[in-house]
Order: sequence, then structure tokens, then C-alpha cells
Amino acid sequence: MPPRARTLYNKLVDSHTVRRLDADGGQVLLYIDRTVLNEYTSPQAFTGLREAGRPLWRPTAALGTVDHVNPTAAHRTAAMPDAGAAQQASYFAENCRDFGIELFDVLHPLQGIEHVVMPELGLVLPGMVIAAGDSHTTTYGAFGSLGFGIGTSDIEHYLATQTLVYRRLKSMCVTVDGPLGPGVRAKDVVMALIRRIGASGATGFAIEFAGSTIARLSVEGRMTLCNMAVECGARGALVAPDERVFDYLHGRPRAPQGALWDQAVAAWRGLNSDPDARFDREVALDAAGIEPMVTWGTSPDQAAPIGARIPDPAAEPDPDRRRDMERALAYMGLAPGTRLSDIAIERAFIGSCTNARIEDLRDAASVVRGRHVAAGVRAMVVPGSSAVKRQAEAEGLDRVFTEAGFEWRQSGCSMCLAMNDDVLGSGERCASSTNRNFEGRQGAGGRTHLMSPAMVAAAAINGRLADPRQAGGGA
Amino acid sequence: MQPFTLVSGPAAALPAANVDTDVIMPKQYLKGIDRSGLRDGVFRDLRFDPSGAERPGFVLNREGWRDAKILVVGPNFGCGSSREHAVWGLGQLGIRALIGTSFAGIFFDNCARNGLLAVTLEAAVVDRLMALASDAATNRLSIDLPGQRIAASDGSAIAFEIEPGRKEALVLGLDAIGATLQHRSAIKSFEQGYLAENPWLA
Repeated sequence: MPPRARTLYNKLVDSHTVRRLDADGGQVLLYIDRTVLNEYTSPQAFTGLREAGRPLWRPTAALGTVDHVNPTAAHRTAAMPDAGAAQQASYFAENCRDFGIELFDVLHPLQGIEHVVMPELGLVLPGMVIAAGDSHTTTYGAFGSLGFGIGTSDIEHYLATQTLVYRRLKSMCVTVDGPLGPGVRAKDVVMALIRRIGASGATGFAIEFAGSTIARLSVEGRMTLCNMAVECGARGALVAPDERVFDYLHGRPRAPQGALWDQAVAAWRGLNSDPDARFDREVALDAAGIEPMVTWGTSPDQAAPIGARIPDPAAEPDPDRRRDMERALAYMGLAPGTRLSDIAIERAFIGSCTNARIEDLRDAASVVRGRHVAAGVRAMVVPGSSAVKRQAEAEGLDRVFTEAGFEWRQSGCSMCLAMNDDVLGSGERCASSTNRNFEGRQGAGGRTHLMSPAMVAAAAINGRLADPRQAGGGA
Repeated sequence: MQPFTLVSGPAAALPAANVDTDVIMPKQYLKGIDRSGLRDGVFRDLRFDPSGAERPGFVLNREGWRDAKILVVGPNFGCGSSREHAVWGLGQLGIRALIGTSFAGIFFDNCARNGLLAVTLEAAVVDRLMALASDAATNRLSIDLPGQRIAASDGSAIAFEIEPGRKEALVLGLDAIGATLQHRSAIKSFEQGYLAENPWLA
């Protein structure tokens, strides 16, 4: 009998199953290849290990990087913005030292946002399963690696056992075909998907992205796509690895070298869904129909093309949804029927694990070059990692931004979640290349509009939300 | 972990969809290195105004719901950030169970690791419980986890499903790591085979 056709997701779960924990194989003990730790979700996990006297199963399969609480001011020091952050940074250093984990502290030349650092070093490889204490671990699906976020209790479980008790998800295939229009980026693709299926549309699923549009996306574009898949509930997002992925990884400092590289690539070529594999749900998007997207509300699915107007809750037949829309518009200080391109901003933020890689900065710089930030707008660029920052400076992008009136800052999560001192004031409105427009996410009372880095750049220049295709540099 | 067997008490209705973990536990409460001190942070901006005064209209500040042990919640509760602080804080506020149509994946697992029962039911049943929870005269629920039943004040008994492993961990208050380490030799032998097969990972 021929083997049952399987999805890539199920192949990865099968290849990492230590043992089944129930009769139907729905719950398994899953072997995890690697993790990355940060200073804010890990401390209680280490305390638990210390109290129980448990050693790490495999210390070399973890990397620590300080990213969430550190300041991003242009002059980098070891100082933290407050006593809590200082305590987290010092306890993190103590834990990494005592348990034998490599640490990129805030002064380390390789410091950066965990989901930017891991791929740029070549630590994320096709076929891996990576779990980490951050929901955006889905980013690693761009490499054909199953990445997913876990809480602190599961970080401790991982560190002590190299495994997790894991419930197998359903599989969803999202196919995107055709060429993307000018000015349309990976961010717009994933925002269009979230709008289409809703903020819980993929809850209980792992997504596999397929189709000609995805095949033409760069690896960094695929990272943006997989990163934000968690915003529609997916706890895993995959793109089958291809030559673009192998080219991206080849020669990275922590990627396999020499004969091992050849052996690895040969194995990775087999990482894809079988042609007749069945998915539990299929969604198709037509790339030609996707326009530059922006959110207007407080959930990532409350989004629209930049040319649209804010929808009217009165036209929403479902009373629960109507109530949620009304609440969102009240929080955002917006009226139904307003053109999105008429919304004025006070802040512009280019950063985060979603959109602060070198391609993102090049893209935004192409919009900014030769222009200036509008009066009354404070605009910031926070590179995704210290290495991205150096690369951008080598290309002269820092000068493009600073000459245009942007602040050029040090790496970190920064105002994506505002755990450091980069915070929106109450009522301030921000064009943001990040991933969450939740109430208070960027600061209590702050108002976030999510969009691509090119659109943030266009908004900063125009002083209002803007179509990057009309603001220049949108090819 | 506190075992969960029978829990009875007032339920409060939080009908909004997509209540995220930033709303459940905002960033200023994430700066600790232990699990304590999170009670004040739960739903901070809903419970308190910027000066720290209680918002009288918020359900958990109202007589009849102040000691709620159960929340009946809207769809996709707990979405967003992985921060387990949200679950720790709910526990410190005295919340033992959540009832809704759907929960975000990481949050759902975090609940199970901390003795907080998250029950998923059909929308029509959740709507009915939401209505009962919205009236202080009818908002008492009893949840029997071993029997997988919820008794409501209108006399109805509602059966619910839960994965056997999750149920056992909650009922017994199990140490998950200790349970997994009973499979130590299976993990070791799997790892040896896996790394031999994928030598670039060794």
C-alpha cells in the first residue's frame, strides 16, 4: 500500500514525534530542535528550573538575546529604562551564564530582535521545529521550519526536556497566485488574508502558503508573511523551502558548511506537501486584487485598502460585530465614511520583527529619498538587529532617513509593544510597520495603524496615511 | 498547581471579541522576574482610569461580579502576545474558569499549565450563559470538571468536552515536566536517532 499523502506540516510533526500520548496520535510528545529566549518571558522559567534543581537538556539548542525592554536611543549603553527592565536584563544574563546559554546582551554586536537574529545567523533551518516564548515565532515558517509561540511554563518544559506536549493542528492551505501590483508588499498580502478570514480565522490551524506569488516572494518577504499569520490565529505558518531559501542560508555563520551543507540541502529538497495531500481548509487569494492595506480599528482584521473609507458600523448586520466596530472607532477617534488617506498622523514607526529587515529599510528609504518628514510628525526607524543596522549604514540608508528627518536608532522591539521607553502618548496616532493595533499596545491611549514600511514612509512624508504608489518609490 | 475539581461562584460576562493579552495584562506589569503582583494589572485599563480610580461601569467593579470566579467571554479570547502573565494575573484575581466559543492557541495552553480551565462551547450555549451571567440574580455557575458538566442557575446542566490529558493535568494539578521526564529514555533514544539522521543539526 502506498504511504498516505501528507502535508508538509504533518511531515514535520511526524518527524519530531517522540511518542504518541493518546490513542489517535492527536496529542504527541514533540521533539523541539531549538529555541530563542528573551529577557521578559523567560525569567520565571529559569526560576522554576532552579527551584526544582533541573538541568537544561541541551544548552547549545538555545540562544538568548535582549530585545524587548532595552532602549533604542542612538547612543547605546548597557543602561535600561527602568528598574524592572534592569532586573530582567541582569537576571537574564545570570541565567544564561549559569545554564550555559549563549547570550547576545544589549552591547553585543549581534544583538537584535530574536526573530531577526535567528534567521540572519542561519540558526533557522528547513525541517526544524522551533518553539519560543514569543508569539511571532511563526516567522520561521519562511524556511520550511515549524515555528510557534509558547508561554513561560512551556519554555521551562522545553529547557528541561527538549520536548513539548503538543496537540496536532488542522492544516490550511493559502494559495496566492499572480503578480503583485506596484507598491504591494508581503505585508499587504498577509493583511489581506487576515481581513478575509478574520482574527481567529486560522485558530487551531497551521497555514501552508503556496502559489506563484509566494514562490516569487523573497525569503524576507516570506518572513513577514509567516510572522503575521499568528494575527489570524495560526500557530504555525509554512512555505515549502526552495532555492531562494537555500541561497539565503548558504554561507550564513551558523548554517551547515561543506559536505554537511550538501547533505542538508539534499534532504531539504524533499520538504513539501505531497501533491495529493488533503488540507482541512483551502483559501485562495488573487494577487492582482490585493492593494496596499492599512488598519482602521483595534484588531488586525479591521483593515482596508488605502483607497477606501472607514466602514459604517450601522451597515454591519451582526450586532456583536457592530458593537466591536463602534468600540474600535471610538478608541481610534475616527468617524465612519472618513477616507483613510485623510487621516493625519503624529508618529511614524518603522521597526519590529515583522518589518525591520534590510529589504524593508531599503524599501522605505526608496520612498523617503530626497523628501522630508511632514511638520508635526515624529518619525523613527528602529532596525531589526544590530547587523541590519550596520548593513543599512554601509549602504547609506541611515543618511537617507536622517536627512529626511527620521530618527535612526538602535535595534530592539521598541515601540511595537512599547515595553521600553519608546511609547505613544495617549491619543497619539501612529503609522506603524508592526503587527498589532490592539488598544494600548504602543502606549496607553495610543492609536496604531498597521501597514507596510513603504506606507509608513509615505505617511511620514505626507503627514497623513498615504498610498505609496502616489507618494513615489512604489515600484 | 491548584487542582481543579468543582468550582462554584459568580460568573461575569465579557462579550467583546478578540480580547487580547495586551488588554488582559498591559506592558507595565511585565517587568517582573517572578509571577507575583499581577492582580492589579488584570484588565488594567478597563478596571481603572488613568488616575487609578475604579471605573464603576466595568463589570468586575460592580456588586455581584466583584468576586467573579468565572468569565463568560467573546470569541478568540486571549489572542496576541504569548505573555503567560495574562493567565497568572487572572488566577491572582480569583478567576478559575473561562467559558467561550474559541480561545487563542498559546493562551489556551497557558491556561492549562496554570490550573485555569478554559471551556469551549457552541455559540448558542455561550450566548445563554452570557445572558445569565449578565444578571447578578442568575450569575452563579458550578463547574464539575471530573463530570464535565456546568450547572447553571436556570436549572440546566451543560456537558462540555475536554482533551483527556488536559483534564487529568487540571484535576490532579500535575507537574507536567515531571510527567514528561518519565519518558526520559524515549526522548534520549529519539534524539540520538534524529541527530544521526540529520547530522548537520548535531
